[in-house]
Amino acid sequence: MTTGFFSSVDDVAERLATTGYLASRAVATTVFLADRLGKPLLVEGPAGVGKTELAKAVAEVTGARLVRLQCYEGVDESRALYEWNHAKQLLRITSGRGESWDETRTDIFSEEFLLARPLLTAIRSEEPTVLLIDETDKADVEVEGLLLEVLSDFQVTVPELGTIAAARRPFVVLTSNASRELSEALRRRCLFLHIGFPEEELERRIVTRKVPGLDAALATSVVRVVGALRAMDLRKVPSVSETIDWARTLLALGADRLDEGVVRDSLGVLLKHQDDIVKAAAKLDLEAV
Amino acid sequence: MTPAVPGGTSADASGPVERLTGLVGALRDHGFGIGTGETVDAGHALEAVGFTDRERVREALAATLLHGERQRPVFDRVFDLYFPLGGGGRTALDGTAADLAELRERLADALAADDGAALAVLAAEAVGGFGGYGSGPETDGWSSYQTLSRLRPETLLARVRAAERSEEPEFADRLLDDEIRRRIEAFRERVRTEARRRVAERQGRDRVARRAVAGTADGVDFLLAGRAQLDELRRTVRPLARKLATRLAARRRRAARGEIDLRRTLRRSLSTGGVPVRPVLRRRRPGRPELVLLCDVSGSVAGFAQFTMLLVQALHDQFSRVRVFAFVNRVDEVTGLIARGAADPAGLGDRILAEAELTGWHGQSDYGTALGEFADRYAEAVGPRTVLFVLGDARTNRADPNLAALKRVADRARRVHWLNPEQPSLWGTGDSEAPAYAEIVDMRPCRNSRQLGALIGRLLPV
Repeated sequence: MTTGFFSSVDDVAERLATTGYLASRAVATTVFLADRLGKPLLVEGPAGVGKTELAKAVAEVTGARLVRLQCYEGVDESRALYEWNHAKQLLRITSGRGESWDETRTDIFSEEFLLARPLLTAIRSEEPTVLLIDETDKADVEVEGLLLEVLSDFQVTVPELGTIAAARRPFVVLTSNASRELSEALRRRCLFLHIGFPEEELERRIVTRKVPGLDAALATSVVRVVGALRAMDLRKVPSVSETIDWARTLLALGADRLDEGVVRDSLGVLLKHQDDIVKAAAKLDLEAV
Repeated sequence: MTPAVPGGTSADASGPVERLTGLVGALRDHGFGIGTGETVDAGHALEAVGFTDRERVREALAATLLHGERQRPVFDRVFDLYFPLGGGGRTALDGTAADLAELRERLADALAADDGAALAVLAAEAVGGFGGYGSGPETDGWSSYQTLSRLRPETLLARVRAAERSEEPEFADRLLDDEIRRRIEAFRERVRTEARRRVAERQGRDRVARRAVAGTADGVDFLLAGRAQLDELRRTVRPLARKLATRLAARRRRAARGEIDLRRTLRRSLSTGGVPVRPVLRRRRPGRPELVLLCDVSGSVAGFAQFTMLLVQALHDQFSRVRVFAFVNRVDEVTGLIARGAADPAGLGDRILAEAELTGWHGQSDYGTALGEFADRYAEAVGPRTVLFVLGDARTNRADPNLAALKRVADRARRVHWLNPEQPSLWGTGDSEAPAYAEIVDMRPCRNSRQLGALIGRLLPV
């Protein structure tokens, strides 16, 4: 049942940290459980908190192959699971060597003409695999049905070839931005993890880690300002990725400490709506923007 | 973090399995759909992470039992009851003035250091020392209210600020006050949790878990919501609006499928010798409906109307035109106010009452006059493409309901839906004219934001 990547919660946290992914307690615990119970992991949370990064980091520390299915509106079975290589099949038929139709037919529906898409690839993979199903909420409801089948038994039926069961259970991560409610049935199959904004201390460590060369005191101020912005009622509060961008900007600007001018000039890195910027500037007592 | 062993030292010792099933039962009572499979998973998860770290136990159970982040606050409170922090207060306090001063001193230090572990211990000590009421040493109950009103952590702000302010004032220090306020609020929540836990020990966990834990924000009854809950409801509007928008878009997409465009199919069939191999489906222009809201904003239902207006405002891309009218006993258009209110939803209701002409000689809602005025003055707002939502409890304070006016409006509109925040069993009681109105237009109960989201999604035309 288990994918057998990790030996304990601490092991998860320590090894993820080696790739630069600093996991909160919730993240480490849930990743460990997904590994131990062999269940898919559904990760939700605002954009830019490291949902996709988590899957990448797990793949990296475990030396597993990362197979990614990027969902979008209109993604279907042939994009997610498999399809037949029609062009090649046609070629095979036209170059027919005079054998009977029955022989040709069995031939063109064989392994050689099968194009495996991410789900089938992950299931057939002999080596350790991390399957990332990114932005699951963007896909149509029918794809969810397909996922249900694949994720509960880890097997896929190709009518012409029969049932293909997983040689090795992949470590599955589904991410969602909650732009659509995923079905209860899918949620039931998964362990649930919500990655929110990190605590101040953790975010400070992430920033220092991602932006080496940033003064420690400045990093603390950066995180405090971002924390204050998150407490405001904005249309889009800054995420961790924006914190890092801002820290990089400040480093590039050569700012060694925060003052009104620097914050005012670089607020656009953190906030993506003009009315948010105006509001934040007013609350932070910056002069007219 | 102090390790807490479930089934450990406390008087009501019970094994982890009983605790788990108790927890699951309490969560189910709060409307969480937890299947047996998930309970079993939770058991496996507990086995895998062990019991040495309470927060790990919490995360393991959350991962296996929860299906969404909205459930988390309720889960955390129930969890704190079933897997309480071990220990409690280190020192027994007698509740004297000296103790109080000393405790406040330590609290200020802990707040300045933002030391979570110390704050947890202090919360336990505070409730133990100052939260008990009743008779004798084994007191009858524990009150967070009493604890907090004696401890008054909010008055520590200045002291904490003085302790933390660096010599050289830095830009980020202007954020300090808000940061400290947030820490204090977090401490108050810890005290509330601790008081609940102590009460639970006395009265039995199951009872407290069912009663004393507030539900999720989207289940809060509009008419009962307090100030803080309304704020929380407001925060659920934006994601709700986005969800509805994608749902409406998907529905339009689906509705657009299916009809064959004969001309283009034949045109395309030329390349296959007149055999229509690939039929072309007709593309439909998205017909965006016009939306008109008519909201009762009198005191009794203001929260509901405000919330709905915000939701509609957030959805406004979906409509070619949205107009909002508010009334108490006179009608006025508030579309402009709502558009400007985007930046400050909290004060919206007050501004509407202040700036629009909504009341005549008295402040009670009068549906008859308001409907009549709406039908006369704003007749042009309602046409064959309009979907009209009327929001209100249909309590006319014994005035004439003016059914004819509603009938006139309903005849002109494409559709009219009346959302009533009262439960159907109350319709028609007292001064409620709900049944009379319901005969003319479609009236539905709508008591919380979950229902509202589902309703609006279903009622809006494709």
